[in-house]
Amino acid sequence: MIQVRWHGRGGQGAVTAAEVLAVAASKDGKWCQAFPFFGVERRGAPVMAFTRISDEYIRIRQQVYKPDYVIVLDPTLLEVVNVTDGLNPEGMAIINTTKKPDEIALDTQAEVRTIDATTIALEEIGKPFVNTPMLGAFCGATGHVSVESVVETIKERYPGEIGEKNVKAIMRCYEEVKK
Amino acid sequence: MTTRVIEGSQAAAHAVALCKPKVCAMYPITPSTHIPEELSKFVADGKFDTSFIRVESEFAAMSACVGASATGVRAFTATASQGVALMHEVLYAAAGMRLPIVMVVANRALSAPINIWNDHQDTIAERDSGWLQLFCETNQEVVDTIIQAYRIAEDERVLLPVMVNMDGFTLTHTYEKVDIPSQEEVDAFLPEYNPKHAYLDPERPVTQGPFAFPKPYAALRIALNEAVNNSKDVVKEIHDKYAEKFGRRYGNGLIEEYKNDRPISIVAMGSVCGTIKGVVDQRDDVGLLRVRCYRPFPKEEIKKALEGKETVIVFEKNVALGMNSGAMYSEIKDVLYELEKRPKINNVIGGLGGTDVTMQNINNFVDRLKEADGKVELLRGDPNE
Repeated sequence: MIQVRWHGRGGQGAVTAAEVLAVAASKDGKWCQAFPFFGVERRGAPVMAFTRISDEYIRIRQQVYKPDYVIVLDPTLLEVVNVTDGLNPEGMAIINTTKKPDEIALDTQAEVRTIDATTIALEEIGKPFVNTPMLGAFCGATGHVSVESVVETIKERYPGEIGEKNVKAIMRCYEEVKK
Repeated sequence: MTTRVIEGSQAAAHAVALCKPKVCAMYPITPSTHIPEELSKFVADGKFDTSFIRVESEFAAMSACVGASATGVRAFTATASQGVALMHEVLYAAAGMRLPIVMVVANRALSAPINIWNDHQDTIAERDSGWLQLFCETNQEVVDTIIQAYRIAEDERVLLPVMVNMDGFTLTHTYEKVDIPSQEEVDAFLPEYNPKHAYLDPERPVTQGPFAFPKPYAALRIALNEAVNNSKDVVKEIHDKYAEKFGRRYGNGLIEEYKNDRPISIVAMGSVCGTIKGVVDQRDDVGLLRVRCYRPFPKEEIKKALEGKETVIVFEKNVALGMNSGAMYSEIKDVLYELEKRPKINNVIGGLGGTDVTMQNINNFVDRLKEADGKVELLRGDPNE
């Protein structure tokens, strides 16, 4: 089983991303669970959401303390939240930022990858919606969920032009994160 | 049938709509709010034909359900915490009037202090109301239990309201795979509600729930007690029929035993049983007895399942203040009293106000209490406690 923790700010779509990842994993034939950090959400406040993915049925209901992956949607969170708390040293942190991994000092032994998803989102979607592009980055960086399933899920959820724009941003992040 | 990855509340709403209640009297309260949200969306989209009443309080929600059900139609509501508490008076009336209402409770702690997270205090406080109470472990079970609940409630041997309990947030706000049966499948299992007992009809005037002098009152309370007792067999029977048709089984419908052939048995209810099963899979000394049907309390089945155990640990998410234990601890003790050789028995109260219950917590309390007898522990919510 792998556990993913999403960090965002209220309104950035961390909960939606956690859910879309679960739906996509299910399309890949896996078992999944997605849930928000059970709190009082406010726009702009730091929020967390979680996705569990497994080849086997997932029974446990405890919160995620030791994620294998963390995905950070907003670079300003690095100053206020310990985003690598409990992160598996064999795992990975994927951060939306303009900086290179060695320019951000994260307290972790895990691999750190960065991607400028905000610029990609602005160019492809026209708005700074980074939750869907970061799904592409997760697929490209880890291979745990197929990008095809993420794209299919997004097209079902957002039919038409807006879905297509999101898919373009997802695919760019998917390719870019591998570089 | 379709398999979907959806939120627990959405799954519950799908199941409710498939049961076609004629009246949904709804008042939103965290963490049950997504249920009325989803149902009102179905109504707005023209997919769900019901009288969706936006009432002004939970007291009104249950009162509207009582009124609707008394006219002989299927009624539904959902609530949590203070909402259940505000309904208290009407819950007793619904049971006393023998109205087959179904309510989903997104279990949440009671004030004060105010807290929006999960525990079981809200429905445990209504345990003596005459409502049947079923506790679910997964969102799939919520779907299946809602559909079963109407058939149990409306069975002529029962005619009682049913609470379907799902843990707030832990189930209501969690996305997971759920099989949603088709309308045809549900229609074949749950026929249209056709009341044969007393119901309000201008063509045939009757009075329901009126004043009763002491002796008729006592007679009706005795009849109610008997009806709740008798409903146990119906809960089991309808669970079996559902399992035959839909292929999903939750123990025998009353209790579920998971590797319960071991010397230590944890007794628990609700979604925490998933985490307990995770611990059971890692150890060889402990099994789980999950109480699915809390009211009626399946005494005989529990007695049989715990006979011969060395140690029983009752884990629960409520406190019976003044008793210095959880409510179910006393009830399990009551059951074990009848055994010639009684197991050691201990009580752990945890998960209060949404405090997380981790596999580490469970391993620790099993290790601490396996030799103990009569100990009561209250967990503070540290994941390593």
